[in-house]
Amino acid sequence: MQANKPENFTQNVTDALAQPDLKMIIRRTTDKAEAKRSDAIANFPEFEKARAQGQKVKDHTIKHMEHYLAEFEKNALAQGTIVHWASTAEEASKIVLDICREHKAKKVTRSKSMLGEEIGLTHAFDNSEMERIETDLAEHIIQLAGDPPSHIIWPAMHRSREDVVKLFREFHSDPTYSEEITDLVRSARRDLRTKFLTSDIGISGSNFLLADSGSSCTVTNEGNAELTITPPKVHIVTAGIEKLVPSMAHAIPLLRLLTRSATGADITQYITFHNGPKRKNDADGPEECHIVLVDNGRTKMLAEGMEEMLRCIRCGACMNHCVVYKHIGGHAYGSVYPGPMGSVLTPHLQSLEVANKQTHACTMNGRCEDVCPVNIPLPKLLRSLRAQSWEKKYEPLTNRFVVKFFGVLAKRPQLFQLFSSCSLIFMKAFSRNGWIKYMPFTSGWTRNRDLIEPETTTFMHQYKKMKKSESGGS
Amino acid sequence: MSDKNNYTDANQSNTIECLNISEKRVGLFVTCLVNTIRPSVGFASITLLEQAGCTVEVPAAQSCCGQPAFNSGDDEGTRQIAYQVIEQFEEFDYVILPSGSCASMIKNNFIEVFKEQPGWQARAQHLADRTHELLSFLVDVCNFKPNGVELDGTFTYHDSCSGYRSLNVYEQPREMLSTVKGLEHKPLNGHSECCGFGGTFCVKYSDISNAIVSEKVENVVAADADYLLGGDMGCLMNIAGKLNREGNQKITALHTAEVLAGLAPKIIGANDAS
Repeated sequence: MQANKPENFTQNVTDALAQPDLKMIIRRTTDKAEAKRSDAIANFPEFEKARAQGQKVKDHTIKHMEHYLAEFEKNALAQGTIVHWASTAEEASKIVLDICREHKAKKVTRSKSMLGEEIGLTHAFDNSEMERIETDLAEHIIQLAGDPPSHIIWPAMHRSREDVVKLFREFHSDPTYSEEITDLVRSARRDLRTKFLTSDIGISGSNFLLADSGSSCTVTNEGNAELTITPPKVHIVTAGIEKLVPSMAHAIPLLRLLTRSATGADITQYITFHNGPKRKNDADGPEECHIVLVDNGRTKMLAEGMEEMLRCIRCGACMNHCVVYKHIGGHAYGSVYPGPMGSVLTPHLQSLEVANKQTHACTMNGRCEDVCPVNIPLPKLLRSLRAQSWEKKYEPLTNRFVVKFFGVLAKRPQLFQLFSSCSLIFMKAFSRNGWIKYMPFTSGWTRNRDLIEPETTTFMHQYKKMKKSESGGS
Repeated sequence: MSDKNNYTDANQSNTIECLNISEKRVGLFVTCLVNTIRPSVGFASITLLEQAGCTVEVPAAQSCCGQPAFNSGDDEGTRQIAYQVIEQFEEFDYVILPSGSCASMIKNNFIEVFKEQPGWQARAQHLADRTHELLSFLVDVCNFKPNGVELDGTFTYHDSCSGYRSLNVYEQPREMLSTVKGLEHKPLNGHSECCGFGGTFCVKYSDISNAIVSEKVENVVAADADYLLGGDMGCLMNIAGKLNREGNQKITALHTAEVLAGLAPKIIGANDAS
């Protein structure tokens, strides 16, 4: 499956809505996610407290970003980690590939990281002489299928069990002929185990970077991050600079929020803090450790008043609860990050010009903000991007005209009332049996639903008449 | 209640039980959808507010709350509209709208477009502080309990997003509806999920909106009620319009105020206005 482009959003949506099973496929994941999250929050009475605390930690770190980045670098260097800085996606992915080439790597294992997707690592490796091996089960599935991820937590949610059975039979060295999930997982495990042990370089993302120790934290359920990182000689971490927190104590409330908001679990199977290369008496671990700190639009977001978005801990709750995401799915957004958080991030990672349509594909119902574990005001941020689009005139001319025209009327109430009365006459002409099935200028509405026939005169007209007869009659 | 009119006299059976309010001057902002499509919601609002002990005035120079401009990102356009809304309504003790989404616009969003105009921002805040959505105002501020309203049948309730999430409108309409004799509640699966209206969204992304409202309609039909009630005309028009397009004429969509003011049943969509 080819990755969609954000600028083709309208077409992507049409294609998505035309897929007969898509809604069912999405729902089977998001419904479960919603229910599990809601149970987890119900059993977590300190949720609101943790949320406020998590937000505070993030806001504080973002406010003092320079200080904590410097502290992180100092402590990471002290651990023996080599620290790299990348201001763009291209730079970041080049740094990673250069390190791999320096070590003449043939095989690299990668544990799931959206930042890795963001900086284009998957494509960069696929266009290189090196073999890329995705070790997260879902990432493994979409690698075999050649798909882009459709969700930040469940990147293969768009693939059915039948698809997986087919893919595993085609690609695994010792495939299973069972369709049971446990057998399928075993099949993947057999295939991946040998690859873990023969990998030259392990690449991971990071859920949190701890400034006071220079360590990086990964959160997984499959243990694949540990197996990606430990056996190879070299470990490379790629992380966005917003992953920074002052210390482990500060990461804890965020961890509690992350797992519950993402999968509804109180805790994941593995939470690992990686502390640089293998030390003298360590039994295992990488001999060399790199960390690539990626900006890619983040400091610009900070400068442009979008700092609240940098709180995001990538739990995916906003998309699980988004009524638009649930109908069009992740691929339609044409970005690594779909749903509400993606519609705010993509304009900054790519450009507003290519990704402004997504900012309008939102009913402003506020559910995303309601479930966000760090209180990101997503609707407000989306609207501020719409304001930027409006100023830069990215909006189609017809939309601008309609809004302007309505605005001109709305600020002149008498004219507005006159227009309302006239539009009633117009609407009446198209009404049959109480409904309007079609009318010029309203095709956006009548394309999919009927329009209620209005009463004969406006409220204001009726009200004035009533008042007049009252004063005349008394 | 000096200026009680004939309209409310006809509804005297709904007796007044008002505890907290004495002769509060209320400015009613009817909203553009009620003004053009469904005037009876405006009259129902007046009836209920008067029953709750308020003196209701309807400023003639009113138009729109500015949401189409605001949600399209047209800040300057929003300000132009907000100036006159503030001027028209700031003198009232309370400003009431029979819509959660329009009330939330004035309550939560006006101040956002005046970030660089502290004078206007203060006036916007002053207006925001006295602005309420009708149904929650009746219960939370007026402690209003309808009495003597009757309607035979079953209803299911759609909670519109702005009212539900931004203004905490949930219990109030249910509490008032529970006093209506003969009316029984049937729960709606996904009662607080967006119906896909979203103002300009429903015409900009008509097909996504359609997918969303189709699902809402499935749930409404499954609730198996005679009436679909809610507090926002936009959502009701959207759901009712989809129901009708699908050939379902069994379910009548009504604004909660219409039921409480004893104006039901008046089918949304039927040309039965007098």
